[in-house]
Amino acid sequence: MAALTGKQQTGWTAANFVVIVLALIPVAWLVSLSFKAPSAVTDPSFWPAQWTWGNYSGILTSAQFLRPLVNSIGIGLISTFISVVLASMAAYAVARLSFPGKSVLIGLALLIAMFPLIALVTPMFTIERSLGLFNTWFGLIIPYVAFGLPLGIYTLSAFFREIPWELEKAAKMDGASPFQAFTLVIAPLAAPGMVTTAILVFLACWNDFLLAISFTSTISSRTAPAAMEYFSGGSVFTTPTGPISAAAVVITIPIIIFVLFFQRRIVAGLTSGAVKG
Amino acid sequence: MSTTVPATGTTATPAHAKRRKPRPQLSEGAKQERRLAFWLVAPAVLVMIAVTGYPLFYAIYLSLERYNLELPQDIKFIGFANYAAVLSSPYWWQSLEVTVIITVFSVGITLVLGMLLAQVLHRTVFFRGTVRTVSLIPYGIVTVAASYSWQFAWTPSEGYLSAAFNNGAPLTSQVQAIAVIVLAEIWKTTPFMGLLLLAGLSLVPDDLLRAARVDGASPWQAFTRITLPLMKPAILVALLFRTLDSFRIFDNIFILTSGNNGTASVSTLGYDNLFNALNLGIGSTIAILIFICVAIIAVVFILGFGTAAPGTDAGKR
Repeated sequence: MAALTGKQQTGWTAANFVVIVLALIPVAWLVSLSFKAPSAVTDPSFWPAQWTWGNYSGILTSAQFLRPLVNSIGIGLISTFISVVLASMAAYAVARLSFPGKSVLIGLALLIAMFPLIALVTPMFTIERSLGLFNTWFGLIIPYVAFGLPLGIYTLSAFFREIPWELEKAAKMDGASPFQAFTLVIAPLAAPGMVTTAILVFLACWNDFLLAISFTSTISSRTAPAAMEYFSGGSVFTTPTGPISAAAVVITIPIIIFVLFFQRRIVAGLTSGAVKG
Repeated sequence: MSTTVPATGTTATPAHAKRRKPRPQLSEGAKQERRLAFWLVAPAVLVMIAVTGYPLFYAIYLSLERYNLELPQDIKFIGFANYAAVLSSPYWWQSLEVTVIITVFSVGITLVLGMLLAQVLHRTVFFRGTVRTVSLIPYGIVTVAASYSWQFAWTPSEGYLSAAFNNGAPLTSQVQAIAVIVLAEIWKTTPFMGLLLLAGLSLVPDDLLRAARVDGASPWQAFTRITLPLMKPAILVALLFRTLDSFRIFDNIFILTSGNNGTASVSTLGYDNLFNALNLGIGSTIAILIFICVAIIAVVFILGFGTAAPGTDAGKR
């Protein structure tokens, strides 16, 4: 790539700018709408003539958004934690141990990764209602864990395969106990893969909409993406464009933080799980 | 300090005990390994089967019943009557057609754009990190948030895109609404496609491309004769993931059109049957039919993969 001419470099740099602009325009539009006053929403110009915090102060003092935001964070974190723990165990077995049925396990994970969610919604709705899980945190956590597991097992077993496990033996030869060998040698090597997996699983839970609107009925367990749907109606007489945009920006902020800090990890995780399988 | 003396003794006993019963086929170590593997894998397998396997069979059972939540006293086993009702309904076939059209166009265009994006990410020298970071935003953003952005953008006299297109209201006509849905899908999924293809692209040796150029191949020839064949496994994996994902499309349609004006996909149709018509029997039937469609797509792709299917040992090298 050192042989690129100046003209080629200019071409690729121009392409970069096209990519950046196309990726950011819809996000910028949400930001713009979230700062427009309700009366200015009917002005189709891209940026607001006057910037106002009104939409944010509105949603951030309303239980209709705050409670779902807390639900999203809580349900997302718990689901991610359980998924990563269970997936790590299974991925360790896949990467390091030989046992019959390994290909069946990988096939099962692949099958579930492809599973059409809507096919699950009808029966799960009935089951959750009879078990009392409907409209509870666990009613969402259980399916989120189940759908986080294939992603976790794939990504983690790809990461675990790359770990030089001989180091564990070497550490033991040098006098480390099995516990020390694990905590001082193996765990630090496994941690990046687990962080990556946790991010991917959390993003998947954070993003879900279908299960969230199907298995919840009040703000006690409704997540943020599902709650935006209910901003309209009720006593809100103004068009909810501004509040919805502000809520959309708020739930996008964690994603931007993840992407900024863990860009390399996310790319590695996405590609290792899918390509090396 | 008292533990030092018996330590050697206790570790030696189980080893002797195990050696007493020799199995000809499987060493004790291998058996232990299997047992450990079983316990490590069991929780994950249990959760996955409990959440998908059991409801799937329950859905098959429900699909054979007349079961409307509004008429709880009228639950009755009716065999395949629900299937006959769904398969003879124009709504099912229209939603299937819409779903297939959205899948074909969005996946096809995403493949081309993703390939371009992969080339940009691979070849670029300046702003490499910035481009990767920014292109991850559409991948990471909550689909519903992005859908609202598109919906507001296409709202007449409110949105910048509607204003740019003669104050049009594309979401109210079938063909244009489907085009907007496809656009929203493409924007959201091109980065994922691009990153998967980038991983495949980085496996293509630069030397090979340079050698081809020296031998007089045009850049296009080098791309079609060297890059594409070497990337075939990565392309197939990316296509499989995207096709199945796109076939399940729900969020974008739900927010953009609610499935009105002939834009319902099979998923939004299934959802409506459950939550608006409260018909568990028909809803389950649609769910099973979608599952069969997804299974067919997966089988077709996996036959296309040959030995390079993800997860098989042959594909791992």
